[in-house]
Amino acid sequence: MSQPANAAPDSDDALLRTTGLTRHFRLGGLLSRRMLHAVDDLNLVIHEREIVALVGESGSGKTTVARLLAMLYPPTRGTIHYRGRSVHRLRSRKDVLWYRGEVPMVFQDPYSAMNPVFRVSHGVMRNLKLHRRDLDSAQRHEEAERVFDVVGLNPAGDMLRKFPYEMSGGQRQRVGFAQALAVRPKLILADEPVSMLDVSIRAGILNMMASLRADEGASILYITHDIASARYVADRIVVMYAGYAVEQGPTEVVLSRPKHPYTQLLLSAVPDPREKAAPVSADSGEPPRVIDPGDGCRFRQRCPYAIDECARVTPLLRSMGPGHDAACHVAVADAEDHRGEGFGPISSVAKGTDTVA
Amino acid sequence: MPEPLLDVEDLSVSYLTDTAEIGAVDRVTLTLQAGEFLGVVGESGCGKSTLLFAIAQLLSPPAEITSGRVVFRGQDLVRLSDSELRHVRWRDYSVVMQSAMNALNPMKSIGAQFKDTMRAHERISADAIRTRSAEVLHLVGIDDAHLESYPHQLSGGMRQRAMIAMALLFTPQLVIMDEPTSALDVVAQRSLMTQIKELQQQFGFAVIFVTHDMSVIAHYSDRVMVMYAGQVAEIGDTGSIFESPLHPYSRGLLDAFPSVRGPRRPLSGIPGSPPDLGRPPSGCRFHPRCSEAMAQCTTTEPPLYSVGDTQVRCLLYAEQLRDAV
Repeated sequence: MSQPANAAPDSDDALLRTTGLTRHFRLGGLLSRRMLHAVDDLNLVIHEREIVALVGESGSGKTTVARLLAMLYPPTRGTIHYRGRSVHRLRSRKDVLWYRGEVPMVFQDPYSAMNPVFRVSHGVMRNLKLHRRDLDSAQRHEEAERVFDVVGLNPAGDMLRKFPYEMSGGQRQRVGFAQALAVRPKLILADEPVSMLDVSIRAGILNMMASLRADEGASILYITHDIASARYVADRIVVMYAGYAVEQGPTEVVLSRPKHPYTQLLLSAVPDPREKAAPVSADSGEPPRVIDPGDGCRFRQRCPYAIDECARVTPLLRSMGPGHDAACHVAVADAEDHRGEGFGPISSVAKGTDTVA
Repeated sequence: MPEPLLDVEDLSVSYLTDTAEIGAVDRVTLTLQAGEFLGVVGESGCGKSTLLFAIAQLLSPPAEITSGRVVFRGQDLVRLSDSELRHVRWRDYSVVMQSAMNALNPMKSIGAQFKDTMRAHERISADAIRTRSAEVLHLVGIDDAHLESYPHQLSGGMRQRAMIAMALLFTPQLVIMDEPTSALDVVAQRSLMTQIKELQQQFGFAVIFVTHDMSVIAHYSDRVMVMYAGQVAEIGDTGSIFESPLHPYSRGLLDAFPSVRGPRRPLSGIPGSPPDLGRPPSGCRFHPRCSEAMAQCTTTEPPLYSVGDTQVRCLLYAEQLRDAV
């Protein structure tokens, strides 16, 4: 039943694939040996025209993943392959520009991501000059107007001449996406693009992301702590906890049959006025700081189903169903779960013997 | 009905600049009973934070209360002098700000900030301060060892809890909260909301809770007030507003966030953005973004209509009421 969560990196239909991606940060002074484990052993696959949501609390390492993919810092271990090429072997300016053009990033805070002294056209035009050398000045202008149109900033001509302070948060976030679009991206890294925005404006940005995939053919890595919006746009969900991917699979499968207790906790915390109030959990909602961790499951202190083994052996991702993996000692795969309920931990605590092969 | 704890009447606040007067809060009337939990919902720029600051008498120029009264326990706060206010503020009502990182002093330990707060209001012994500080920290589920901690040593959720602890130093009767959960993620948000509700039930203080996310307060508030462009758009019982929102704007807000359960539905959000309060639209202020706008909405400013226990500012209900007669 236990198969590796991801196949070897050579059989490749993936747009982007990470293998054992790991990033640690040294804490304290030069002589300090304390290591913060931001991301550990991440195997992430993104296909063409796919929206993948990376979901987790603050401190789970999801933003570090985006920054690693954007080459903002190098990994401690592991590799990133983009279209079969190792990203760390890209040395020449041309190659790095090529990668940055195909995989641009949209930042969380639209208020601080733009230089306030330039008009919003600045970022778009700069991207066009750097990455679209074939265009002349008039064509660049046309293209800038086109991408502003695509993200819903109308009339594009007027909008391009505005300064950031003249725009609302939602409009600025659209500028962020327009900048990314200008370089004809294959994969947009969107780091919490809606979390700073009003609820009423979020829907517009989420819809825009869905149409970017449909019309422009871009894949999106959507990073968020809001599992409900992840459900709204994403084909697949990867749940991160304390640096590890703890569950991944097709969106509807993960949300209807969550296997990892952390995914279950996340789901139960989503407020939904259409539902009766869920029973209150005693969980304090504190994400752990993973400094020099030993073996064992990092969720075990908060986990209602933890068994002895959870303190000794780090659980690896194993198959729960087609395309659905979870890293939990007590979770029960769909095929073995004869009750058909899918809520593994409750039934398997009684069995108690489910181990990683 | 007993005398309300707080009675806000026709309150208007303007930002006065050299060239213009921007009406951020326009004739807001609301009452709050002792122990009641009122949620105030609206987009950024709708005047909800300004309203809170006006109620708490924390406005500073260029903002100014241009008319109205804020009667708290029989006393009109608007007319009190600064020194009189100092006796009431924080002892009888307190405020929890949106961003605890900015509201706490980064150079002082949590304990020192608690001490300052208590010293400002009471002659009180060092021992009593320590006891009370430890007590309120325990109330919000933080170990009293953190009295020695500085704000940067606490997580976002803990800082927000510490702020709430500070607001409870003198068992106040009203706690005003400005988006205390919006910087937190869902798990921390749920646990903080639960804690606020438990404390409220334990001590019986009233809460005014401002948020832009309606779903946050659904299970916690007794009444909801929806604000749009400085005005009350709708105010009523939480249950009826969530089950059958009357104002098209309330409906839009409710439909704006995706659900994790049930079928996936397309989200419309609310088209457009909130109006410039320096030049509010004519007639109903929501008409440029409203899917149900009628011709008269552009010219007639709707008053608040009573529909059942709910009050709603929308001409759709003028029609209904007239038809009913």
